[in-house]
Amino acid sequence: MAEEPVAVVGIGQTKHVAARHDVSIAGLVREAAVRALEDAALTWSDIDAVVIGKAPDFFEGVMMPELYLADALGAVGKPMLRVHTAGSVGGSTALVAANLVAARVHRTVLTLAFEKQSESNAMWGLSLPVPFQQPLLAGAGGFFAPHVRAYMRRTGAPDTVGSLVAYKDRRNALKNPYAHLHDTGITLEKVQASPMLWDPIRYSETCPSSDGACAMVLTDRAGAGRAPYPPAWVHGGAMRSEPTLFAGKDFVSPQAGRDCAADVYRQARITDPRREIDAVEMYVPFSWYEPMWLENLGFAGEGEGWKLTEAGVTELDGDLPVNPSGGVLSTNPIGASGMIRFAEAALQVRGRAGEHQIDGAARAVGHAYGGGAQFFAMWLVGSQPPPG
Amino acid sequence: MRDVAIVAFAQSPHRRRTDELSEVDLLMPVLHEVLGATGLKANEIGFTCSGSADYLAGRAFSFTMALDGVGAHPPISESHVETDGAWALYEAWVKILTGEADTALVYSYGKSSPGEVRDVLTRQLDPYYLAPLWPDSVSLAALQAQALIDAGHTDEAALTAVAARSRTDATANPYAQLTGDVPAGDHLVHPLRTGDCPPIGDGAAAVVLAAGDTARSLCDRPAWIRGIDHRIEAHSLGVRDLTDSPSARLAAQHAGAFERPLDTAELHAPFTSQEVVLRRALGLGDDVRINPSGGALAANPIMAAGLIRLGEAAARIHRGASDRALAHATSGPCLQQNLVAVLEGESAHG
Amino acid sequence: MTDILSAPLVVEFPFTRSLGPVQSAFLTGLRERTVLGVRTSDGTVLVPPTEYDPVTADELRELVEVAATGTVTTWAWNPSPRRNQPLGTPFAWVLVRLDGAGTALLHALDAPGPDAVRTGMRVRIRWAPTRTGAITDIACFEPYDGEPGPGEPAPHTGEFTDPVTGIVAPARLDYVHTPGRAQSAYLKALEDHRTVGERCPACRKVYVPPRGACPTCGIATAEQVEVGPRGTVTTFCIVNIKAKNLDIEVPYVYAHIALDGADLALHGRIAGIPYDQVRMGLRVEPVWAGAGRGSSHVDHYRPTGEPDADYDTYKELV
Repeated sequence: MAEEPVAVVGIGQTKHVAARHDVSIAGLVREAAVRALEDAALTWSDIDAVVIGKAPDFFEGVMMPELYLADALGAVGKPMLRVHTAGSVGGSTALVAANLVAARVHRTVLTLAFEKQSESNAMWGLSLPVPFQQPLLAGAGGFFAPHVRAYMRRTGAPDTVGSLVAYKDRRNALKNPYAHLHDTGITLEKVQASPMLWDPIRYSETCPSSDGACAMVLTDRAGAGRAPYPPAWVHGGAMRSEPTLFAGKDFVSPQAGRDCAADVYRQARITDPRREIDAVEMYVPFSWYEPMWLENLGFAGEGEGWKLTEAGVTELDGDLPVNPSGGVLSTNPIGASGMIRFAEAALQVRGRAGEHQIDGAARAVGHAYGGGAQFFAMWLVGSQPPPG
Repeated sequence: MRDVAIVAFAQSPHRRRTDELSEVDLLMPVLHEVLGATGLKANEIGFTCSGSADYLAGRAFSFTMALDGVGAHPPISESHVETDGAWALYEAWVKILTGEADTALVYSYGKSSPGEVRDVLTRQLDPYYLAPLWPDSVSLAALQAQALIDAGHTDEAALTAVAARSRTDATANPYAQLTGDVPAGDHLVHPLRTGDCPPIGDGAAAVVLAAGDTARSLCDRPAWIRGIDHRIEAHSLGVRDLTDSPSARLAAQHAGAFERPLDTAELHAPFTSQEVVLRRALGLGDDVRINPSGGALAANPIMAAGLIRLGEAAARIHRGASDRALAHATSGPCLQQNLVAVLEGESAHG
Repeated sequence: MTDILSAPLVVEFPFTRSLGPVQSAFLTGLRERTVLGVRTSDGTVLVPPTEYDPVTADELRELVEVAATGTVTTWAWNPSPRRNQPLGTPFAWVLVRLDGAGTALLHALDAPGPDAVRTGMRVRIRWAPTRTGAITDIACFEPYDGEPGPGEPAPHTGEFTDPVTGIVAPARLDYVHTPGRAQSAYLKALEDHRTVGERCPACRKVYVPPRGACPTCGIATAEQVEVGPRGTVTTFCIVNIKAKNLDIEVPYVYAHIALDGADLALHGRIAGIPYDQVRMGLRVEPVWAGAGRGSSHVDHYRPTGEPDADYDTYKELV
């Protein structure tokens, strides 16, 4: 028996900010969930199950916070499943929820991911003073910057490309009312003049630290038929993992990422992603990851990703817009960041992305990754139901 | 719906401490054993899912290093739940139902020895009203036990008998941590005595799931998952009836547990009083063999103990000692969240 | 058994929690010795008040005031209080349904012994002398044989002057960390200023530091292989911001270094050369710091003076 087609009929986000001092953790997730239900014109009783994700529990200092959040998310008496796959978790969580519908275990599922970074400090959570381990010598950016340098060495990309991505994403964010950073005075010169934190990564090429949540309502074909607004249909979804470190690991273009994309394209019958996909929401926490992932996800040949960025192909009005929402570079509630990518892709094909809508977007990709560039999650959504 | 079965199960010996073993050291032999039982290699598995919790060992992302033991290269289709491995099994079951995988490897592990588990589990509680009081897991279970006693559903002697039966049964379980003649002991938190509480320790477990004919080819007598469901209750203890477990009953109902008689039940009841709650909620009579493995009172590696219930129930079907078994896992304070699976051997419904 | 290292690991942080309107009113109320509940759509009064109805999931905002007296619905005698628990002397954990409330609140009861506690006993709040707007403003409950409070809760706006909108929740957990066999052996060799990795019996790759398993083959590594001391910088970044807890002057170079004989790079700091002259392919050697068990480590790596390695010789390790 073929899988049940899965439709995204409701999407909700909080306005992402550095610190939501006005709400509890429950209040934060609730806000996104209620908006998703309203978008789908559904109530709590229409939801069969809740699938929730977030990054490490140390970030809020609550072990398995889904237990405390059951009441706020209307999960009492229902199944509630908690997913944790590091930075890719927002994407993985959505895929687990989609599988519940695809397998016909449930008809309508609420999925949600969040992070309330202001409760603690992510760097503290990531660098607990574990004895005998070398302390992290360089902070978060220091983990990624050497890989960026390796990419530049490998491809000959000019050192200006990172700034172009940041300038584009921060301008896109101005069109997204939910984005965290809204720097109306942004200029390319300002981006290029910002301090070099972890050479070759500048301050303005790094993501912010945000409080936020994102929720989606996923449902079956019958549920999609009752939805008040056009649904986004899931045409393919996959997760791939590889070890944190291993001999032969390609940090610049991890095989898990390539395999994940290939699986999604196979499911969605995509043979030429660059031509057939209309918008991409990829997980770019440091600007250089845009050209790197363009290659890893098959949008550009090896060594060619930066050329697309430099040529403006990934701009909002380019022929392959990347991160029209402003991306992780503009909004980063860590555990939610992956789901925001998935949700923004769905908004595009639903035609409900507002000012950052790509005209006529029919197929869009949402992508997330995490850990030591080892966990990948990706989906491809379309405005039409999948064939077959 | 596809037929899915547990075709293999392995677990580590459960011990109070395993200082010489990293998490991957603890896990790897279990993975080798469970894969060896099926003849599958890690890269032949369609989907892998694990369960663990960072708070136990006090390190973020501990599951990323555990993946070293799987040999995830070439890359694998893989996911992780931050809870007991029973829920990882549930996620893997769903994955097989979609048709995207025919086999799944599910594992979980917990090292409780590095920390003070009674303190660590307080961090699971509502962070505004409960966690600041640091009410430990034994104390919360004791509140539940007293409610049961007040309601006339049990007494201290009956609880002691649950402990004794469990640890006597566990003498036949070579992996168990606490077996045989264990004294009831003093009150740890009244009305619970030390004997009413689970041992604290380290352990790991793994199962392999497979669909249809693949399952039949990998196992002489697969333990078919006839139903599996999980439900959660309100978090606050003060709004719940602690003497009942409506979420366990609801999960059992959705899993089809009440449709035909069961011969065995593996209940994830770390405290003796919780077995009383679950037996009542699930309507398990004296004709059902409860926890022949000794249950969580004999070994309770947190984050693996629920998966072990599923594995023990399946293993009993594999060796023909059971035809229809219920397996249960729990999470959260005082049985807040419960999972129930119904497993059957082939002849039972033929 | 080999020498297994262990050391304390303290995980401690003062979490800053914002409360939202309902929890803010409740905790501010406690500061003012006022106990608030919240009424659900079916009329039940929840104390402590939750923001969302556990049955219907409705948002709850209708606050009411209940009494500081109530009835124990269940209890548990705790003879050995643990760190941070409400009382330092033996006490009972209790669920108390305050007069006017439909649900029970968890706290401690100060009583002389388990024989003095029973379900159904009457208790009242003992307020903490200094109150800040936290659940610990209730110091505990104490036995009470006076008049019951009003059975019917009174409406309350939930408004107070200078409301508490957040709490600081310090949390400390103590662990003893044991890194396991492979890392212990690695650290042991460092005491003699040797870097010892482990070889996978299947793929023959050498892992440094060893993690006990070959991550691609999923099998145990055991054969010890000394690597280095020299190595090649495969890639790096220049750190310009000072990290907390690190006494290193910026800028400095954080590099990936493939030690000779190792099949993947480890991470370290490069010194002994101006930061802007570090380059991929630079040949380096360790400079050791500390001595003895658990404290000997590589402080940084410095240039050996050899010619740079050719990119093709290390590009698989980048």
